[in-house]
Amino acid sequence: MVTPSLRLREVTKSFPAPDDPLRQRLVLDGITISLTTGELVSLVGPSGCGKSTLLRLIAGLEVPDSGELMIGSEAITGPSAERGLVFQDPNLFPWLTVRRNIEAGLVARGLLQERRDDVGEFMSLVGLEAFGNAYPHHLSGGMAQRVALARALINHPKVLLLDEPLGALDAFTRMRMQDEVLRLWSARRSTTLLVTHDIDEAIYMSDRIVIMTARPGTIDRIIPVTLDRPRDRSSSEFLQLRGEILELLHFAGGATPETILTARVASA
Amino acid sequence: MLQSRQISRKDAVIPGETEQPERASGERFGAVTMDSALANKTRLSTRALSVVPLAAAVALVIHLFLSTNEPAAEGRTYTLFLSLFFAVAVAFAITQRWWPALRARMRRLRPIFTVALLLLCAWQVITSGFRLLPLPYFPSPAGVLQSMINDRALLFDSTWHSLILLLSGYTLGVIAGFITGVCIGWSAPARYWGMPILKVVGPIPATAWIPLAMVVSPSAVISAAALIALAVWFPVTMLTASGVSNTRASYLDVARTLGAGPRYLIFRVAIPAALPTIFVGLFMGLGASFLTLVVAESVGVKSGLGWYVSWAQGWAEYGKVYAALIIMAAFFSTIMTLLFKLRDRVLIWQKGMIRW
Repeated sequence: MVTPSLRLREVTKSFPAPDDPLRQRLVLDGITISLTTGELVSLVGPSGCGKSTLLRLIAGLEVPDSGELMIGSEAITGPSAERGLVFQDPNLFPWLTVRRNIEAGLVARGLLQERRDDVGEFMSLVGLEAFGNAYPHHLSGGMAQRVALARALINHPKVLLLDEPLGALDAFTRMRMQDEVLRLWSARRSTTLLVTHDIDEAIYMSDRIVIMTARPGTIDRIIPVTLDRPRDRSSSEFLQLRGEILELLHFAGGATPETILTARVASA
Repeated sequence: MLQSRQISRKDAVIPGETEQPERASGERFGAVTMDSALANKTRLSTRALSVVPLAAAVALVIHLFLSTNEPAAEGRTYTLFLSLFFAVAVAFAITQRWWPALRARMRRLRPIFTVALLLLCAWQVITSGFRLLPLPYFPSPAGVLQSMINDRALLFDSTWHSLILLLSGYTLGVIAGFITGVCIGWSAPARYWGMPILKVVGPIPATAWIPLAMVVSPSAVISAAALIALAVWFPVTMLTASGVSNTRASYLDVARTLGAGPRYLIFRVAIPAALPTIFVGLFMGLGASFLTLVVAESVGVKSGLGWYVSWAQGWAEYGKVYAALIIMAAFFSTIMTLLFKLRDRVLIWQKGMIRW
């Protein structure tokens, strides 16, 4: 039995309703899920299902109303360098060069002196050695996102949280970046939670796909993806699984677990 | 107006991914170099080249024609000045053939210099030509130039004193304003207690405190420096506080997940993010400091350009008044330019800044 690296139990979160600040609106309701070490799990669901809120809770940027969030055997109480977060907008610090952005985590934790050599390593890991002195506004979207990834990875996070990191990229850059993220993930094997609205991306990348429903956000189903990597986006197994999931999302509750099981058996 | 336009990240992104280093750097520098390269290659026509020397010659001829109306010494100095101007203009028109940087600059400044010379002509025609304006209030340009040269020692001394007073007051105000601004912008209790004080005290023009400052302070110079500091403090505090409190939440979130503590969040995220706004405050503060300096010097302090202007006015030496005003303009403009240069250097990471 592998110890779960990230464990959520009955997590609920509500925010003041936008139309009536005195009323609370439930955003996440009873979220229970465990990720094993080194697992890559995708969160898919309609907008407003609380995917991003869930990620912010795990990052420690929000406090849950109730429930338990654990990393290994420790409860999450606030933000920490062991849980790296990458947003859809790379959010690079525009006043720092690429190199200084990647260093930021080391500087913040006072580790720059002893780990200075790592900076170059992470810059070449994401293929940006030549851009160390460039400012973020000179970078393309894909390059900026790679800097954001390197900036998160340099802390060696136990858990990597990706909030639609490829959502703003064009289709081709996006596919290339999916391979890039997979390469980084398989090299380091951080437990990774990926929020996406792209089902292809979820199937292509993850070990399991968590499908959520909206208002309040709950976990509808968890679908294991057992296709061998590297995956072929046009293989019949891939397409079949895609069809199943699409059907699930369109007729949420209409599909029975058996149909998913058959899809898995077929793909395995 | 001074606030530089911030282009949002999305607009700044080159669509698609740029893999090759050459391409990105090419795109980065291409646009800039193209423009100036094109401008430097094209020759200036003879007609274009002769405009400034011609204007200088016209000014010189008009001056010589009118010089019988002016005191001999003034006339000679001004003749020398215009001749010198003419000679330099001709020299530049010739040397620009082999000096592209000068050519680019000439192309830009030619109309301004031409119009400035013609305005000098008009000034001279109105004053010493037709005597349309009453003396001694409106001396001719020759008179002003002569006053400037005659009184150069005192003018230099006054400028020096103004510079010392301005810099000490401005520095003090910026430091104080920066500290209070960061506190008010970052901490909720500081905002709660600081904002009412800022709202009540801030809008009072610093010069309104002059009567109080004269009573309280041991020396006029110290009270003037304090008043300038006060004038600078308000806009710097206001803009620093607003810049710090408007730091994009996602920058702070990212920094927190990178393991940042409060020190890093304030000094390495909030303050750099606020720098463009802080610079707006620095510019507003600089304008306020000029105003306060001149007023303080003309009512209390016994030195400086502000004092010189009111002193010369007391003796009805209006040539000196205008001479001091011209020096003041050059002096303030230089300091403003230096602040712009500093900003360009500090905010090099920003896109689309307004140039001075």
